[in-house]
Amino acid sequence: MGKLIMTADDSASVRQMVAFTLKQNGYDVVEAVDGRDALNKLNAQKVDMLLTDLNMPNMDGIGLIKGVRAGALNKFIPIVMLTTESQDSRKAEGKAAGATGWIVKPFKPEQLIAVIKKVLG
Amino acid sequence: MMEEAIATYREEAGELLAELETSLLDLEETPDDSDLINRVFRAMHTIKGSGAMFGFDEIAAFTHEVETVFDMVRNGKMTVTKRLLDLTLKSRDHILYLLNSPVGEDIDRAAGDEIIVGLRQLVPHDDLPQKGSDVIPAIELPELSEDELAQECTWRIRFRPAPNILMCGTNPISLINELRSLGTAHVVAQFDEIPLLDELAGENCYIYWDIILTTSRGEDAIRDVFIFVEDDCDIRIELIDSSGLIDREQGYKKLGDILVERGDLSPVEMQKVLLLQKRFGEILVEQGIVTPEKVQSALVEQQHVKSVRKERSEAPQQEAAASIRVPAERLDQLINLVGEMVTVQAHLSQVSLAGGDSTYIAISEEVERLTNELRDTALNIRMLPIGSTFSKFKRLVRDLSQELGKEIEMETFGAETELDKTVIEKLNDPLVHIIRNSIDHGIESPEARKAAGKSSVGTVYLGAEHSGDSVLITIRDDGAGLDRDAIRAKAIERGLLSANIDASDREIYAQIFAPGFSTAAKVTSVSGRGVGMDVVKRGIDGLRGSIGVDSVRGSGTTITLKIPLTLAIIDSLLVKIGKDHFVLPLAAVEECVELTREDIKNSHGRNLANVRGAIIPYISLREHFAIGDQCPEIEQIVIADIHGTKVGFVVDNVVGEHQTVIKSLGKMYRDVKGVSGATILGDGTVALILDMGMLLHMVEQLEQPPCAGGAR
Repeated sequence: MGKLIMTADDSASVRQMVAFTLKQNGYDVVEAVDGRDALNKLNAQKVDMLLTDLNMPNMDGIGLIKGVRAGALNKFIPIVMLTTESQDSRKAEGKAAGATGWIVKPFKPEQLIAVIKKVLG
Repeated sequence: MMEEAIATYREEAGELLAELETSLLDLEETPDDSDLINRVFRAMHTIKGSGAMFGFDEIAAFTHEVETVFDMVRNGKMTVTKRLLDLTLKSRDHILYLLNSPVGEDIDRAAGDEIIVGLRQLVPHDDLPQKGSDVIPAIELPELSEDELAQECTWRIRFRPAPNILMCGTNPISLINELRSLGTAHVVAQFDEIPLLDELAGENCYIYWDIILTTSRGEDAIRDVFIFVEDDCDIRIELIDSSGLIDREQGYKKLGDILVERGDLSPVEMQKVLLLQKRFGEILVEQGIVTPEKVQSALVEQQHVKSVRKERSEAPQQEAAASIRVPAERLDQLINLVGEMVTVQAHLSQVSLAGGDSTYIAISEEVERLTNELRDTALNIRMLPIGSTFSKFKRLVRDLSQELGKEIEMETFGAETELDKTVIEKLNDPLVHIIRNSIDHGIESPEARKAAGKSSVGTVYLGAEHSGDSVLITIRDDGAGLDRDAIRAKAIERGLLSANIDASDREIYAQIFAPGFSTAAKVTSVSGRGVGMDVVKRGIDGLRGSIGVDSVRGSGTTITLKIPLTLAIIDSLLVKIGKDHFVLPLAAVEECVELTREDIKNSHGRNLANVRGAIIPYISLREHFAIGDQCPEIEQIVIADIHGTKVGFVVDNVVGEHQTVIKSLGKMYRDVKGVSGATILGDGTVALILDMGMLLHMVEQLEQPPCAGGAR
């Protein structure tokens, strides 16, 4: 069975693109539409990795990362932030909250896969 | 799929723009509502981010400007004004316009530029964003081509992770494994910072690592491994050895120097210990100056660099002598000379044996041994891997399948198989025809394949492998297979097969090689005119090879070419008829049996021999070549397999195996049928090399009734 990766993003098109790329590379995907949705799902289900946008309604990416690290089930999973170039300070904030790595939007599918392979080891 | 995501993006952006409009209008009422400001910012942000991902670069670039302004509003550097809202609403309309313009169409940039200029005017001057900061690439994928050209260096890396590294989801081991994948690495873990059990926090990482890595990928590649952790972890990367260093000695620094360089030992301590005149590392550990792991790590470094340097100093000499370029004609000349030598040597052996002087016999045996080695070595020089031809066919398959609207992949194996250079050149045409046939007739259209329950993508396998003195080349497709009945019907129609005889599959399939034979209903630009396979047969015959066809209806056809490794010298069977010697290529010979007068009488003049129950037709070479001498009491039949047909050749006497150096017959005799060349025997006499396939063909033609014969 492939590894299970959650993609949390309020943009349906990004989720769609990420999910497609992941599935094509043999990963299983669970989607979340915002931080709150993601955290609820992560409290109930064990995943191997989280890909999260930073700007989301309800709960943003930083809140989500903190929530995951404070939880139990997925405490140690790698978390990769999807950021944009204008968010350097947010990147540092995310790192401090416990993110493992980041990828800068826009990215190509192969860049996404390279990052995932890297953090999943 | 990408189109789907793009459609979703258009839809989503449309919704966001509608939401944006509402928010902007609300903002006009309550300009200080930070929630509304955030909403506007987020909408812009998503439109920009996703737009860039799906190739809407215009939208991304334009929205970036608007987003920048709203980022300032969000951070309190600007206030919401009527003018700002006007411009933002205009921006929203412009984005909608960009969103709906078909890809590739010229767009109205002026309107967008006007809005941007307006927005920039609103921005306080010292906060104007710097131009050119727009695009920061995402993580760079390593560029192999450039890096790999770089010279090989050895690096000393000390990786001391932040204690909370595990809490950030990073596995240090996978980072170390990533380093290993860059080159040759030796890793030593350091445990000296692990605290006592009651002070130990289970979630922290106390171990750190020394890694000695030899790689040609450069420092950036190493830094890239640590890209996500370099801010929090202590990472030291030092160059300790490189292939470019003049320092060519194989030894490496002393243990003490390494430890001092690493900062694990002070120079003063080193001097003190050195005075003790014992093994340096042992003293350091004994006295507790340095931990055993650190000494171990330094020793590993010493060993690593020593072995890398040793390899390096040995490598260049080998490389220098690895290959030289020689004109092909010089090699041909060498082969010719070796051929002459083999002939002379055979003569020498014969003469010395006849003389009976043991000294000469010993010398001639020595010469024979050396000649054989020389022959093998000389022939080997002309051998080339067949792979270069294979890659040409990949292109052929790609182009043809596109032309015919089929989906075909090509797989190859045994590209490293070596064959004589001239053989490879002569194989080209036959292979082109076979592969064309497979693509055109063999592999079905994607629809037909799906209907037959197969994958829509057809595959053509091309493989080569050694088999004794020959190379087997296999061309296999997973197409429709040969239509046995259609071929049989066509062959009977053309008089190639008799309707009353129940021919074997092999015999029927062999008909596809007859000149002008085609069962194709339609002639395409690729094949179907029936010229192809006949060319294949002639080409393979010219190489003294044989062709085998095997096919399963519905699941594909396999064509196997058996080609001798070389054209210059072949293994053959030397036979005698009367006073004359003849040579039969051994590759096709299966066995030799006796033919007695009794047998001839029993077959009632029909030239058929009964070999263990199988009836095999034979050709009397004595008759064929009109050799008039007395026929011996017991003759020999040499049974050969010629393109799937078993045929006997009757000779007086089988002399034995013979290394035959092939000589061409020259212009005068070039068109003589049934003889493909000649060779010079040890005693200086000439023996003709028989073309068994052609002999069979000639005899068949003689026996055909005139009407059927005329159809050829």
